Amino acid sequence: MTQRTMNMTTSDLTDMNKVGGAQGDSTSFRGLETRSVHAWFGKHHALAGVSLRFPERTVTGLIGPSGCGKSTFIRLLNRMHEFIPSAAMAGSVLLNGSDIYDPSEDPAMIRLKVGMVFQKPNPFPAMTIRENVLAGIKLAHLKRDNHDDIVEQCLTRAGLWKEVKDRLDASGGSLSGGQQQRLCIARSLAVEPQVLLMDEPCSALDPGSTLRIEETIKELAEKITVIIVTHNMQQASRVSDYCAFFLTDGGPGYLVEADSTRKIFTNPSDPRTADYVQGKFG
Amino acid sequence: MSNVVQSPDSATVEPQRPWAVKRAVRATNAGRLAVFAALAAGITLVTPLANADGWALAFLVVNLTWTIAVAVRLGAKERRDAIVRVVVSSLAFLAFVPWLSIFVSTALKGYKGLYPGYLFNDMRITSYDDELTFGGVGHAVVGSLIMVAIATILTLPLGILSGIYLTEVRGRLTFMVRFIVQSMAGVPSVVAGLFIFATVVQSMGRYSGLAGGIALAVLMLPTVSRTAEEVLKLVPDDLRSAGYALGARQWRTALMVVLPTVKAGLTTAAILGIARVIGETAPLLLTSLNTNGFMWNPIGGTLGSLPTYIFAMFMYGSEFSVARAWSGSVVLLSIVLFFFVLARRLGGRSEKRAKAGVGKAARTSVGTK
Repeated sequence: MTQRTMNMTTSDLTDMNKVGGAQGDSTSFRGLETRSVHAWFGKHHALAGVSLRFPERTVTGLIGPSGCGKSTFIRLLNRMHEFIPSAAMAGSVLLNGSDIYDPSEDPAMIRLKVGMVFQKPNPFPAMTIRENVLAGIKLAHLKRDNHDDIVEQCLTRAGLWKEVKDRLDASGGSLSGGQQQRLCIARSLAVEPQVLLMDEPCSALDPGSTLRIEETIKELAEKITVIIVTHNMQQASRVSDYCAFFLTDGGPGYLVEADSTRKIFTNPSDPRTADYVQGKFG
Repeated sequence: MSNVVQSPDSATVEPQRPWAVKRAVRATNAGRLAVFAALAAGITLVTPLANADGWALAFLVVNLTWTIAVAVRLGAKERRDAIVRVVVSSLAFLAFVPWLSIFVSTALKGYKGLYPGYLFNDMRITSYDDELTFGGVGHAVVGSLIMVAIATILTLPLGILSGIYLTEVRGRLTFMVRFIVQSMAGVPSVVAGLFIFATVVQSMGRYSGLAGGIALAVLMLPTVSRTAEEVLKLVPDDLRSAGYALGARQWRTALMVVLPTVKAGLTTAAILGIARVIGETAPLLLTSLNTNGFMWNPIGGTLGSLPTYIFAMFMYGSEFSVARAWSGSVVLLSIVLFFFVLARRLGGRSEKRAKAGVGKAARTSVGTK
């Protein structure tokens, strides 16, 4: 308990510049940044004082045992948290220096800039593969005229184009699980987000599909910021540039340590991180 | 590998169903049931039990007696299992009897009045007790369809919108909307008719198909709204989240993601609503009344309909008019049956499509490995 309290009070001060080592004042910081973010579900305090920076065009893995608030945290980053009726939050989330929770911000526009891929593949069953990819453009009223190019480009970037190019008019539900998840990635890419959040995107997939999605993530990082929640340590070490380790002691989840992936896996500053990445608990 | 048992050549293996009931056992069971059916028929002849209902009861009693007689030799658990099985399956069968007897008796009494022109003629120049080869029910079918169409046009958007409000918007009034819709389902149809009579008919100064359609809409709305709500509830939240995560607003997600997903279910909702109101008589007697001739104008005055046609024929009371009433009933039942089958087919087709999708997915994943 004392440890957690200490962490809550110090995290605001110390964790700020750990990820990416980006220094300088926050308004010039490009990328996503959280400042002492808390989350509640009703009276339940789920997440306490997380301050992290996600620099542009990097992949950050969020690791930690179940129930430590990783998913809650990334749902805070594109304002999906507020869909839960009893949800509450504190702190601020900055995208390129402006607060996404500012009352003047439109949550739909935020979600357009910060896309999300879910744990369970969820293509729209009433739409074809092609329509699924273009769904975001139609849903958000974006003006695009080169639909065919977008479909090909997004499916290629998601690593699915070769498998489906001859049956773009088949239902999205007719694909296998791994293909569906890659279709969902292509769908999120079509609206050209600056940040892509991935909530355990490979937890329901076989090793082959997982590998292909990991390749996709690495390619994506050349253009956009990727934040991925994963329970798979090997995956975190393979795809991410930075890692953030979350933990809970029965109370709210908190950030233990955030650093470059190499450091987290070889020489972490906190012994709990070392124990976790070596599989000693969790 | 010594622990691998050599399996026989796969070419010699036949697909089997070891869990299925053996044919001989099934034949014995069927034979026994046939004997019992005959026995029950014999009982209806010598006891006060009579007709189909009496026969079904006798059949149940005979079956139960035999089961108990056999089961006394079994253990307590098996005995209870055997008795419960007979009671449950017999009661399920019993529930089927009234349904069947309605169809059979209506068909038996109504077939006399049916002739090829019956659906295409009206009663303008035919009197109610003319020979059954004159006149017809065409005007009533047209009137019924006009009024049901009006009711559907009014109800469908309202019902779907209220369903969306209850499942998607979930505003502060959710409880109240649901309460009002459910209590509307309890409004007696004659009260609904009276209400439309006092408002629409009196303000227009005449009976009309429009008033009839509005009265039917009042009765149809709860059915459509409830079914739409149930269907929309089935849409997984994953899809809504996916829509929101793509930067879509709520109404856009509801319109473009949620509604298309349950297209078939909403069609079923509409059809169930139609089947619910097409046989309503009381509200139509107060709002559209009846005519004897074809009438296509829903606001031009009284409009005939199948239920009021049947009612008028029965009230007239002559031999041929009552026969006409039964024939009208056959037509009405057939229309209701048609709508129900349509609803099942549309609902079932989407289910089948979903299953086919899964099957295809399985095949594809096998193919890629």
